[in-house]
Amino acid sequence: MTPNSPPEQIACPTCDAIYDVQPGARLSCERCHTRLIDPEARVGLRLLLVSLLSAALIFGAVTYPFLTIKRFWMTSDATIIDTALAFDGPLLFLSIIVLALILLLPALRLALTIYVVAPLVLKLRPLPLAKGAFGWAERLRPWSMAEIFIIGCVVALTKIIAMAEVTFGPAFYMFAGLVILLWAQDKLLCRYSLWKALEK
Amino acid sequence: MTRTARSDGKVGCRRCAAVWPKETLRCTRCGARLTSRDRHSLTLVWFWWLLGVLAYVPANIWPMLETRVLLDASEDTIIEGALKLLTHGSVGIAIIILLASVAVPIAKFAIIAWLALTVQYRLPSGSKARHRAFEAVEFVGRWSMIDVFVVAILASLVQFSVLASVKPGPAAFGFAISVIFTMLSALSFDSRLIWDADLPEEDVPLAGQSDDLAAVQKSAPPQG
Ligand SMILES: [Zn+2]
Repeated sequence: MTPNSPPEQIACPTCDAIYDVQPGARLSCERCHTRLIDPEARVGLRLLLVSLLSAALIFGAVTYPFLTIKRFWMTSDATIIDTALAFDGPLLFLSIIVLALILLLPALRLALTIYVVAPLVLKLRPLPLAKGAFGWAERLRPWSMAEIFIIGCVVALTKIIAMAEVTFGPAFYMFAGLVILLWAQDKLLCRYSLWKALEK
Repeated sequence: MTRTARSDGKVGCRRCAAVWPKETLRCTRCGARLTSRDRHSLTLVWFWWLLGVLAYVPANIWPMLETRVLLDASEDTIIEGALKLLTHGSVGIAIIILLASVAVPIAKFAIIAWLALTVQYRLPSGSKARHRAFEAVEFVGRWSMIDVFVVAILASLVQFSVLASVKPGPAAFGFAISVIFTMLSALSFDSRLIWDADLPEEDVPLAGQSDDLAAVQKSAPPQG
């Protein structure tokens, strides 16, 4: 870097503290501990694989039952779609909200992430509207509630276990795996590197 | 004193963290709109906060769950449901439900209001405490949705039609809406204001006066 060109700066999105970017160095905000630059989490193959595997798990989790209940001679399964559509009549609107929070938004976020990351990993040019797509993936982050749904399953199970025999179905384990993968995806993603890559 | 983009006469992008000269309106790296401090955000915070509080009232008065076992039908509000669990011995679950559906939402309302007020009126309270409170609201706020999910799971699972049935009550809707409004309220808050309130008065725009507005006034041609 020539003495004439000032170092690139980065401002913490949470608290506005400003830092000089040291190439290749990890950077966290000293004031609010927001992770700013993580050189190890470069936008790479691992991130893409985790995202693709997550997408596959969502498809699996939709098709299999996630809780099975037995009482006397009757068995009933619940798939995630059943659960989301448990509200009918005037509460149908609520069904849509639940469906969105546990399924549609996590799936949409994954699709957007793959759309943005795949060309970068394959060393191709970013697809059109990639910036907007990643912006939306970030905006939707708090609204994707897969992990809350999993804990909800456990709570529901303990509520009902006294009156019937309940077991977790395959979709429950897929969904639990999805939650872990989504967490890993977040750790594997350096937002700074991604925006820099999209800028080129 | 920590150097900030603002104290350096610059503006930081809240989406991609890029730094631009003060007057820049749009981030060329990610396309986000830039504001040094979003004072409009407080209006939005209060708007969603109020809707959240309003929706929380019916969420507690209406039944959350309509249970029917054989001929025994009952309608439980959130609190009644938790108390019933308590008497049945499921103390842990009762505590989770009470925490997620009663303690957390009320604490959230209180914390958001406190954050907005201390920032708006520059009340003395350390930025450390405000930051911790903001992080707590951000992290824990979404978890209030758990009770809605539990009700949905129970309802879809217990479809024995003759023997027993569980139906979600109207409170589930009120509660879900209340959680969403409260999340919108917290998300509207410009967290950078948390640290500003500790700065001397002249470094920050007056409460209610937005940077956009100031920019517009500056660039407008003189009247007459
Ligand atoms: Zn920071």
